Amino acid sequence: MHQFAIEPLFGTSNLSLGGYNIAFTNSALWMVVAAVALWIFVAGGMKRSLIPGRWQMAVEFFTGFIEKLLTDNVGAGGKKYVPYVFTLFMFILMGNILGLLPLGLVGVHPFTFTSHFTVTGALAVLSFSIVLIVGFWKHGLHFFSLFVPHGTPLPMIPVIFPIEVVSFMVRPFSLGLRLFVAMTAGHVLLKVLAGFVINSTNAGLGYGALVGIPSFTLMVGISALELLVAVIQAYVFALLTSVYINDAENLH
Amino acid sequence: MPQIAQLAATYSSQIFWLLLTFGLLFFVVGLGMVPKIQSTVDSRNAKIADDLARAKAAFARADEIEEDYRARENASRAAAQALVAEAKAKAAKDSEKQVATADKKIAARIAEAEEAIKASSARALAELEAVSAEAAQDMVAKISGGEISREAALQAVKVALAHG
Repeated sequence: MHQFAIEPLFGTSNLSLGGYNIAFTNSALWMVVAAVALWIFVAGGMKRSLIPGRWQMAVEFFTGFIEKLLTDNVGAGGKKYVPYVFTLFMFILMGNILGLLPLGLVGVHPFTFTSHFTVTGALAVLSFSIVLIVGFWKHGLHFFSLFVPHGTPLPMIPVIFPIEVVSFMVRPFSLGLRLFVAMTAGHVLLKVLAGFVINSTNAGLGYGALVGIPSFTLMVGISALELLVAVIQAYVFALLTSVYINDAENLH
Repeated sequence: MPQIAQLAATYSSQIFWLLLTFGLLFFVVGLGMVPKIQSTVDSRNAKIADDLARAKAAFARADEIEEDYRARENASRAAAQALVAEAKAKAAKDSEKQVATADKKIAARIAEAEEAIKASSARALAELEAVSAEAAQDMVAKISGGEISREAALQAVKVALAHG
């Protein structure tokens, strides 16, 4: 579990702002790394040439992917959310993948900030508040009709309404929890298997061959799976955000 | 689990740095760069669509020009054939006319020649009569010593000539 521990870096453990601690931790460092990596990635695709190179193609693929996601889920009105959803998707993707890099081999401790509920929860609340703001901005109090599905019989409304409200309010939690759990579980699984390899080898060469080799083989497979999960969870976060934005843009 | 054990101590720094990095990314990358990339893609797509439309139009124009050229070629060929036919007809008519005038001229000359022959044979006959009458007069004078008038001799020659 040490890989998830947060440690202040550069002696900033007492840095505070308005009474709140804002120490520059290893988590913050990896957020900065992810941000810089993303900036470099997108800046590399800014040549804006008519015939794109490989890098430009890659960047345009991602923007096109997010644009398609939003137009499919929200419609033509979804295009104005591309900057937000693109940043969200790419930031989570960078965090997920950077945390999976085998940088421990060169003595650096990678940290997956998306495995912290504080971070995923904050991102989920950010998406959710955008949904709320857009919803009330566009539809006013009419936004509450979201909680009464079409064709609900009148006597059912008092029952349906609270259920829909609860399911709506649970969204940010499920959104944040899903990413946090997926990333944490993957890293824990890899750690447990790595522990098998080390402990069985320590117990003797026979145990090492018997337990360590299958565990290591499994780790290779699960590492590939984790890369997939890293992409899928970023996609799910962006997809659900766009689905919720659709609710706010178009009601039902 | 550090995520829960450290929650109270670290939530503020986590949220602060998240908002800082994410916010910077949103404004610099999301708002600053993504629209430019999108506009690049859009303008490229527009250019491709435009080029395709222009190529299609050019194709249509080429077809049109070819059809036009075919029609003109057909028209000029037909005109040329008409011209040739007309020229042939005219030439035939001209030669017919020339032949006709030549025929007429020849017929006229033949008639003239026949007339001349008739006249000269009549003159020759008259001369023959005159010469015969003179000869008859001379013969009568020599044989009988008498003299006959020229009219009587001419009469006698005419009768003898008519009897052959």
